[in-house]
Amino acid sequence: MAKMTLEELRKLRETKKTEMARHNGETMRIIVGTGTCGIAAGAMETLDAFRDELESHGLEKNTAITQTSCMGLCFSEPTVEVAVPGMPNTIYGNVDGRAAHRIVKEHLIDKAVVADHVFEKPAADIIDGEDGAPRKQKRIVLRNCGVINPELIDEYIARDGYAALEKVVFEMSADDVIDELTKSGLRGRGGAGFPAGLKWGFTKDVDSDEKYIVCNADEGDPGAYMDRSTAEGDPHSVLEAMAIAGRTVGASQGYIYIRAEYPLAIDRLNNAIAQAHGHGLLGDNILGSDFGFDIELRLGAGAFVCGEETALLASIEGKRGMPIPRPPFPAVKGLWGKPTVINNVETWANIPMIIHKGSAWFSGIGTETTKGTKVFALTGKINNSGLIEVPMGTTLREIIYDIGGGIKDGKKFKAAQTGGPSGGVITEEFLDTPIDYESLQGIGSMMGSGGMIVMDEDDCMIDVTKFYLEFSVDESCGKCAPCRIGGRTCYNILDKISKGQGSLEDLEQLKVLAQAMRKASLCGLGQTAPNPIMSSMKYFEDEYLAHINDKKCPAGKCKDLLSYTIIEDQCVGCTACARVCPVHCISGEVKEAHVINQSQCIKCGQCFDKCKFDAILKG
Amino acid sequence: MSMIECEINGIPVSVPKGTTILDAAKGVGVTIPKLCYHNDLDAWAACGICVVKVEGSPKMLRACATAVAPDMKVITHDPEVVEVRRTVLELILSTHPNDCLQCGRSGNCELQDLASDFGIRDIPFEKRAPSIPRDRSTPSIVLNPEKCVKCGRCVLVCQEMQNVHALEFIDRGDATRLAPAADVTLEESPCIKCGQCSAHCPVGAIYEKDDTKAVWNAIKEEGKHVVVQIAPAVRVAVGEAFGMEPGALVTGKIYTALRRLGFDAIFDTNWAADLTILEEGSEFVKRFGGEGELPLITSCCPSWTDYMEKFAPDFIENFSSAKSPQEMLGVMSKTYYAEKAGIDPAKITMISVMPCTSKKYEITRSDEMFASGYQDIDHSVTTRELAHMIKQAGIDFSSLPDSECDSILGQYTGAGTIFGVTGGVMEAALRSAYYLITKEDLEQVEFEAVRGMEGVKSAEIDVKGTKVRIAVAHQMGNVQAVIDQIREARNKGEELPYHFIEVMACRGGCIGGGGQPHGATDEIRAQRTRGIYTDDEKSVLRCSHHNPEIARVYEEYLGDPLSHKAHDLLHTTYTKRPLYKK
Repeated sequence: MAKMTLEELRKLRETKKTEMARHNGETMRIIVGTGTCGIAAGAMETLDAFRDELESHGLEKNTAITQTSCMGLCFSEPTVEVAVPGMPNTIYGNVDGRAAHRIVKEHLIDKAVVADHVFEKPAADIIDGEDGAPRKQKRIVLRNCGVINPELIDEYIARDGYAALEKVVFEMSADDVIDELTKSGLRGRGGAGFPAGLKWGFTKDVDSDEKYIVCNADEGDPGAYMDRSTAEGDPHSVLEAMAIAGRTVGASQGYIYIRAEYPLAIDRLNNAIAQAHGHGLLGDNILGSDFGFDIELRLGAGAFVCGEETALLASIEGKRGMPIPRPPFPAVKGLWGKPTVINNVETWANIPMIIHKGSAWFSGIGTETTKGTKVFALTGKINNSGLIEVPMGTTLREIIYDIGGGIKDGKKFKAAQTGGPSGGVITEEFLDTPIDYESLQGIGSMMGSGGMIVMDEDDCMIDVTKFYLEFSVDESCGKCAPCRIGGRTCYNILDKISKGQGSLEDLEQLKVLAQAMRKASLCGLGQTAPNPIMSSMKYFEDEYLAHINDKKCPAGKCKDLLSYTIIEDQCVGCTACARVCPVHCISGEVKEAHVINQSQCIKCGQCFDKCKFDAILKG
Repeated sequence: MSMIECEINGIPVSVPKGTTILDAAKGVGVTIPKLCYHNDLDAWAACGICVVKVEGSPKMLRACATAVAPDMKVITHDPEVVEVRRTVLELILSTHPNDCLQCGRSGNCELQDLASDFGIRDIPFEKRAPSIPRDRSTPSIVLNPEKCVKCGRCVLVCQEMQNVHALEFIDRGDATRLAPAADVTLEESPCIKCGQCSAHCPVGAIYEKDDTKAVWNAIKEEGKHVVVQIAPAVRVAVGEAFGMEPGALVTGKIYTALRRLGFDAIFDTNWAADLTILEEGSEFVKRFGGEGELPLITSCCPSWTDYMEKFAPDFIENFSSAKSPQEMLGVMSKTYYAEKAGIDPAKITMISVMPCTSKKYEITRSDEMFASGYQDIDHSVTTRELAHMIKQAGIDFSSLPDSECDSILGQYTGAGTIFGVTGGVMEAALRSAYYLITKEDLEQVEFEAVRGMEGVKSAEIDVKGTKVRIAVAHQMGNVQAVIDQIREARNKGEELPYHFIEVMACRGGCIGGGGQPHGATDEIRAQRTRGIYTDDEKSVLRCSHHNPEIARVYEEYLGDPLSHKAHDLLHTTYTKRPLYKK
């Protein structure tokens, strides 16, 4: 398509809207989620299966098969949405070839829902329902994810895509935009929560021949994939927002810094950039105006520290990704020394909607200090792991029990970690804390970029803390001494404790080290790396003491503190344990009590799992 | 200039905008400890030792990298700040070998000083000193990554100041180590051996390759005639190692010390600098007259030569073929001096004392360095190594009486001595070139336009109506601009911007050389520079062509400047070299 004018864009939007509405009412549709997670679970095979099934039933003509991105239902991939006129839209999970066969036959032909593949929750939370029931989730950032085909710009446009850019280019002044953003209360979703309007204002006010717009898509927290899904599912929302920023602050070039490990997101962004160019929504004279803006991708090699904005900019410049002190902040002196607006994917994805629907709409959602929604990647010991988006102020209990479906296997909730390696644990007593930046900080955790890992009674807090520390230590850039050396020293102390070799003095040392790292590290990585330690020491001191004083791991996780013994009275001598033992350290005659040779036992736990008579004691 | 009013430890401070907390504190008598920061470099803000509290900031800020802001309230010392600093210091020490007794920087180490000031008596944390092999691949510098504190100075020096990009950090996290980029050896890297990394290293992680043992061995070897030469910049810096003021001119004491160390003849590189001027000055006059490429570019600095051969080989034809004074003196000692003194040149061992680590490389850099039929210079030691030798010999340097240099390679003019500072070679050359062109002597021998610390100095010199355009650059990173300027003119076929260019790799010239006593700042460089100009001013003879010993060597031995014999002995060639050998 040739470059469009404003009128042509508006016309296309209307046409496309009507077309899609008609589709919705008249055509049967099968929409397969083909995000990274879906594809990994076999979504492409599912897609093929549907094509075959439709063909074999002669339905290929009047059924549209389309792809969309992640719907957020990671625990049930591949997921498929089925729309049949006259029936409620339905989301199916775990759809393999067999399920595809049944869906075509039962749902499309017999008009009966395939009940055992349907999810009441959370699917009902995210699908546009007509029952008016209150939804726990509210999708602003993910508004198009799992809804549109991310490879088709027209579908984005049909859902009011690029309407905000239109407004900014033709109707609003730069100050209007910043004012609107400021009033909306949007805060950076990368973790620190800096007001976006303020940031843009700084850059706008600097006099410079060149300015840059940067999207931080270098998501790296363990268990976090909000930005990947957004970039895969709705790439245009990011492009549109960056162009809006360019227009507002006076920049003509944008960069998306994205990790090379996100190949699908990279493909979809590149595809989106090309399509936006084709439509005249990027490039020179956007929509016939005097405004020109371009976006290029820069691939990162997956260093977590490159999520820190100054390290990210250094990496774009071709340097080793190491942070530099702030101030000056990138808003004033950023990429190649020029004023640079840098926000993360989620922040960007909010912006078109704020401009389109207005700041009052946005600021009506959320809490006093934190407006809008937050996307979380809900993982760990939770039934419905996946991507969720909730209004700020939602409680952790609502997220874990109402949306997440509670703890797996009916186990007891122990803690949830937000903020990844920079955050802390949230315990049972704080489950009713409404989530916003301040409240999470108040209880020793942080919002972070949106990873939320749920732990149950089987998780050992020393083990979990060690995991986070190991991550921070591995990802430290090595520049500043407190982080480089302090992190490793902390990790080694935790390791000692987990092996039952710790002392009470070690706890004091951890406190001293944490203080030095928090106060003297150069960037956020080092400053926050001790948070998991301080938080777990505060809320789970008894577990630390059990490891140190009693040489016991109450959760039975730390192998060095674990022993398996056979209860003589209960052992019937079935030999099952001896047969399963990989190191052959269980001995005993048939029908006589067996014995585990402790010096050879590797604590793999297979005997414990195998024993049918509860004759093996773990502890 | 707009001033900023703020408060440091409750003391009101008024400083120019842009002043860091570190400097503002210094102004009110508060010393904030630091490790990675160096005056020559932009704050890298790595170590975390200089952290201070700033009201309103939850974290502590780095004093080296934070500019004061209006009404800022800074606390530089309180129990919490000191504890954080101490913890960071203890962490650094926990990964340091702490083998101070065997370290070349013992007694002169910034980490040792900090440990002493903080009263560190034991390290509470697990000791984890790494085990990484040393890089001894170049004849100039040794890298010992085990001692590296990752302050980043060497990397910034190599990349920002020198534009060489030989050094980089490799790996990350606590495996981060200092190494040549791409993890090749230093010898395989673009390293130009300037040694500025070693001069800026706060600890013993980068140091000159120690050749003092070889010198001691030569001195004690039976039947050897051991001659020594000292470079211009040594005489204004070695005193620092003995508690004397930077810039103190101690030429006579050095001669005495060298004699007491057991050298058989004491010569002065300044003599050879005068000789260089006769050769290079004549070369310039010849090229300026139309025979050969212009601009003529000085080649006394081996790091500059190395840089050109690697980064700008399109300038090979522009380089003066005249050898450096060090090499000229080397070859003359094993030919002319040997002949005059009746000594078998095979029995002469020639030692040079240089402010420079690169001179260790120069002595074997090409076949021309063996022009006497032997290796013209056997060993080259730095100013720092000379100071060590003097200390080892139990010589109380500061109380030494002055003495004279030996003939016939010793007497020098003021022009010879100013080779030690940026602009000096140019100024010395102009003093003689003026004579060579006009057959008249200058009334005023000082050329102020080529003096001073500006990175690139340029001027148009009036030689009795003829305009000579010159440029002087020092600190390798400043040279690229001059190179680009000439390339651009060449490409466009325009008139060349300069006829004559002097380049020295180190900041301030040789007085700021990589082999000089540690701790150089611009203030100290200025003091050393003053020492050099004092030596020039108090010289009776101030132009190289007035040096009677130089006149004699031409008369008795070489013939005229640029003669066939002079070419054989005093000139060299250049060759394109790859940036990376691997």
